[in-house]
Amino acid sequence: MAETALINNVEPPARPAGWRGIAADWSSDQRAFKNVSWGKAMMWIFLLSDTFIFSCFLLSYMTARMSTTVPWPNPSEVFALTIGEKKIPLILIAIMTFILISSSGTMAMAVNFGYRRDRVKTAALMLATAAFGATFVGMQAFEWTKLIVEGVRPWGNPWGAAQFGSSFFMITGFHGTHVTIGVIFLIAIARKVLRGDFDVERRGFFTSRKGHYEIVEITGLYWHFVDLVWVFIFALFYLW
Amino acid sequence: MVDVPFDTVAGVPPAEVGEVELYHPRSWWTRYVFSQDAKVIAIQYSITAMSIGMVALVLSWLMRLQLGFPGTFSFIDPNQYLQFITMHGMIMVIYLLTALFLGGFGNYLIPLMVGARDMVFPYVNMLSYWVYLLAVVVLASTFFVPGGPTGAGWTLYPPQAILSGTPGQDWGIVLMLASLILFIIGFTMGGLNYVVTVLQARTRGMTLMRLPLTVWGIFTATVMALLAFPALFVASVMLLLDRLLGTSFFMPTLVEMGTLTKYGGGSPILFQHLFWFFGHPEVYIVALPAFGIISDLISVHARKNIFGYRMMVWAIVAIGALSFVVWAHHMYVSGMHPYFGFFFATTTLIIAIPTAIKVYNWVLTLWRGDIHLTIPMLFALAFIVTFVNGGLTGLFLGNVVVDVPLSDTMFVVAHFHMVMGIAPIMAVFGGIYHWYPKVTGRMLNEALGRFHFWVSFLGAYAIFFPMHYLGLLGMPRRYHDIGETAFVPASAHDLNAFMSVAALIVGFAQLVFLFNLIWSLFKGKEAGGNPWGAASLEWQTPETPPGHGNWGKELPIVHRWAYDYSVPGAAMDFVPQNEPPAGLSAQGPHA
Repeated sequence: MAETALINNVEPPARPAGWRGIAADWSSDQRAFKNVSWGKAMMWIFLLSDTFIFSCFLLSYMTARMSTTVPWPNPSEVFALTIGEKKIPLILIAIMTFILISSSGTMAMAVNFGYRRDRVKTAALMLATAAFGATFVGMQAFEWTKLIVEGVRPWGNPWGAAQFGSSFFMITGFHGTHVTIGVIFLIAIARKVLRGDFDVERRGFFTSRKGHYEIVEITGLYWHFVDLVWVFIFALFYLW
Repeated sequence: MVDVPFDTVAGVPPAEVGEVELYHPRSWWTRYVFSQDAKVIAIQYSITAMSIGMVALVLSWLMRLQLGFPGTFSFIDPNQYLQFITMHGMIMVIYLLTALFLGGFGNYLIPLMVGARDMVFPYVNMLSYWVYLLAVVVLASTFFVPGGPTGAGWTLYPPQAILSGTPGQDWGIVLMLASLILFIIGFTMGGLNYVVTVLQARTRGMTLMRLPLTVWGIFTATVMALLAFPALFVASVMLLLDRLLGTSFFMPTLVEMGTLTKYGGGSPILFQHLFWFFGHPEVYIVALPAFGIISDLISVHARKNIFGYRMMVWAIVAIGALSFVVWAHHMYVSGMHPYFGFFFATTTLIIAIPTAIKVYNWVLTLWRGDIHLTIPMLFALAFIVTFVNGGLTGLFLGNVVVDVPLSDTMFVVAHFHMVMGIAPIMAVFGGIYHWYPKVTGRMLNEALGRFHFWVSFLGAYAIFFPMHYLGLLGMPRRYHDIGETAFVPASAHDLNAFMSVAALIVGFAQLVFLFNLIWSLFKGKEAGGNPWGAASLEWQTPETPPGHGNWGKELPIVHRWAYDYSVPGAAMDFVPQNEPPAGLSAQGPHA
């Protein structure tokens, strides 16, 4: 990825702004997205593809929810926690959402410090992001356990449509897998940052390519995407 | 007459990206097996795809034997017949055609045609192949598990796909879905590479509007695949959960073998929507690369620039976009709101416009061209006629009222075999005969090639032309044995026998082709760097076959489009894409 950074870039000619600029870029040679590295372009296109996966999951869930003849369990009651004799609806989900959104903040700061080549702060912020992510997954596990104890199964539940449990476990499970993969990536990249791989341009173990701080931003793109998806899951599954 | 070829400009912008250091293999293993070189990966993809394709070919023989001579072959029972249908369809559509066009042709041609040293992420590209291989192995393993492969039909419609009446309910369906999920993961890794390579790794002077149409076809098809496969992925995951965990995404309340199943409340139609949201773009995922390859073959072998290049590009893009809003024309008889049928029939018929543009442009490219009836050209011409044939029957099936009586008859089978079976396979063969000299440095044997062509082409018509007629008679598809049915006359059985004999002969011709591939590798005529006199970049490599990194020290610089054939005033009857304009002006501005 380092190779694609703007090395060897001869004084770029002035580019027209707006739509003319877009047309000029696309009709130019070499690159359609000027100043975008291969890695970043690849991540964006992957996220577009992944968007279609989550859209299909959510649309399927909404179809099931709208067409079922059995009543759909009320999410406000199902996802309520009793704290000090008081039932508070969606409190756990609210905290989880808050944590995940906060992790986007630390991620953005990590990207900033990455480009400043501040190894320690970048790694610390990435690890903080990973910790937020791990907390989120942990709370997700708690929520799953609670529902399973209450009798929710993929094939049925005590309150209504069986598709409630199926959709819940499938969608949050798939999203949770994404978060988990993100956490692993964050830890791996944070280790590389801390070790100074991107300063000494150490070669990747598999790819034998030189690393670059841009990978922090690419990891960040993925992380923000996972957060954004959660917002849709939150709105469409819990608030509907 | 023009004095300067189309699209030639003097100035080439400076390089924007520095040279990428390539991965250098250190041993035999990393050079030929776990290779990160797109060319080796392409060959691996092609060999794997053709090997599993041979399995599908044998399955089609068995199906034809049963259909042509019912009752003669006692070892083909109805369950097996359903399994053959399913595996034949799934292998041919996904594991052969998709993998061969995108993984095979895409990997080989994209970096060479855009002037790159390799794909942008060779390691991910390598992983893509190994995951694909794993998917193929999982798929092939279903032949050996208890109960055999699934017999659900290649569309895997629930509820029957996972109920116990369907063969392969124990293992077959589970492994089939797992294999599909693996295929999609593997394809995504490769597909991201192809897209980013085309968008971000072209050489100096190579604008998008100078790409050979082959690259346009493969590129658009890959973008479509990246957006369409997610629907299949989701459908596979949900069907797998229905089968393994007893969820009811797609399963309504129903009685199976006299007992109420554990399922209830799901929607089988939802699966059909997801499946065809993938399934219809899939048709064009195999058709668009074929369109591109055919455009290039016709131009090269008719020694004439492609007619209406820009229109060809926009037609490819338009077909790609439109194919995402036509999926429910596969579901006219599934029980949809009638207005849906109206909408999807309209969008379906609109696709005929860009498709017709392409066909007219091919024909106009041929018109008054210097047509060389080489084997690639023969296959290209065969593609045009078979594709037009299949496309026209598509107009019948796209109309709701005509489709309803024809649904699930042999007419549908004939239609899609013509349009996305025979036609793309013709493009595959044409492409292999055309690029084999670049891949191996040797020509394929001419006599065997002509034999292969004529038997395959005429044989394909012998199989599928009568099939339209059987469909119009009302002969249903997917039936093991039609038996004594009043509306099917005795002559139809003779026709079926004739088609089966033709299918066996065509299958035999494919063995001759495989023999030719191997024989020519050692005994073929030396080809040289550019045997066809083609202008596009892949023929201008310093070595043939191209070495690691494709180009020598310097990347090529592109000065023109890929279709400068028979340019007046030029020294040769083609001008390579990397030939600077100065070389031309030395000949004088006017011929």
